Amino acid sequence: MKRLLSRSEIAARIAEDIPGGAVVNLGIGAPTLVANFIPPDREILLHTENGMLGMGPAPSREHIDPDLINAGKEPVTEGVGAAYFHHADSFAMMRGGHIDLCVLGAFQVSEHGDLANWSTGEPGAVPAVGGAMDLARGAKEVYVMTDLFTKSGEPKLVTSCSYPLTAVRCVKRIYTDHAIFEVTARGFRVRETFGGLTTSDLEVRTGLRFHD
Amino acid sequence: MTSKETTDIREAVSSISDGATIMIGGFGRAGQPVELIDALIEHGVRDLTIVSNNAGSGDTGIAALLAARRVRKVVCSFPRQSDSWVFDRMYRAGEVELELVPQGNLAERIRAAGAGIGAFFTPTGVGTDLAAGKEHRTINGREYVLEYPIFADAALISALRGDRYGNLIYRKTGRNFGPIMATAATTTIAQVDVCVEPGGLDPESIVTPGIFVDCVVPVGERSWLADGHFVGGTDAAGAPLSPSAKESQ
Repeated sequence: MKRLLSRSEIAARIAEDIPGGAVVNLGIGAPTLVANFIPPDREILLHTENGMLGMGPAPSREHIDPDLINAGKEPVTEGVGAAYFHHADSFAMMRGGHIDLCVLGAFQVSEHGDLANWSTGEPGAVPAVGGAMDLARGAKEVYVMTDLFTKSGEPKLVTSCSYPLTAVRCVKRIYTDHAIFEVTARGFRVRETFGGLTTSDLEVRTGLRFHD
Repeated sequence: MTSKETTDIREAVSSISDGATIMIGGFGRAGQPVELIDALIEHGVRDLTIVSNNAGSGDTGIAALLAARRVRKVVCSFPRQSDSWVFDRMYRAGEVELELVPQGNLAERIRAAGAGIGAFFTPTGVGTDLAAGKEHRTINGREYVLEYPIFADAALISALRGDRYGNLIYRKTGRNFGPIMATAATTTIAQVDVCVEPGGLDPESIVTPGIFVDCVVPVGERSWLADGHFVGGTDAAGAPLSPSAKESQ
């Protein structure tokens, strides 16, 4: 492979790594794409924070039901074996450690696994946190799906987050267009690269040190 | 004879006074009690504190209440949406106060109020700006932050069907905050599509028992249902699909 991964290819790569039987929450935005790549023969239960387990794909236009939406307020469908519940139960599922995996977007991830994904702290911006802090703290494993660099070229992997934190020491793995990284006790480790990149190429581009 | 049913929606919200704290159910538009909010606007009270997951979308429901300048403060988890222009403008102009609460803490604080819990330690928010200045405690090696219940003078919620005892069932993800808000308010007012005779709801399937509900207001069936069956014909906001949009699909 001689090129970086597209958004959809990152989503497909994450879906590949989700084991059958897992209960998974996909964060709003890009992570929702992961649902499109889960193989039909692999039974994975999707949780949505607004009160549903067993969420199905987007409906055709004539089947849009305003009472059936996901965390991003987009119309979804009811999978076979789905269950509805109220908000306190939904967040008990997260906080109580019942969700196996969540996939979230990020502004920054630190080498300790700290996540910043809810606020850039810009003056005048309307702050919004939603369920991000509960998910990042509560899911058994937290994967991040993101481009490695911001639009202006700043790496999103950092030694220490400058943006307001969502949760400390919570991220286990980061799936990016350039590579897949793991957070270990010794910092970031490169798990897999794309586009023929080497670990030292990534070190030059990010200014970080990746251990073996 | 017990009857919590009223068909007079203005009468239903008439006990709400200036300065009240009001919980409003819904997640985005799903489960938002738009007819009750309209009645509240007509009732004319102001200086309200609104507790809800969002801070309104488009120009209806909570957005209309904000635009009518009846709200002093919003307690919510996610005010910023693609169509939250009313809140965005008022927040930037300093015309409405915001208390931002992580969504699970918001839900649990409401649940705690209804369940008689004095306060609770939660891991959510530890190490973040939203836990700054709050009491922390390490319990079994894990750090938690102390959060207090949120009570309300009134809760306005939306359910699918109710009966005159106040028993309620909901529909799909429209359930969201309804069942917990019903427990946490001095007065809980539920709008329903239809109010059925007692016995008309399966006791095994009732989600909110009537003890938590003070008033049930039938407002007519939502437009995407006919006799309780899904017929569609709307977009996700509940607006009718345009014929041209149908053809393009």
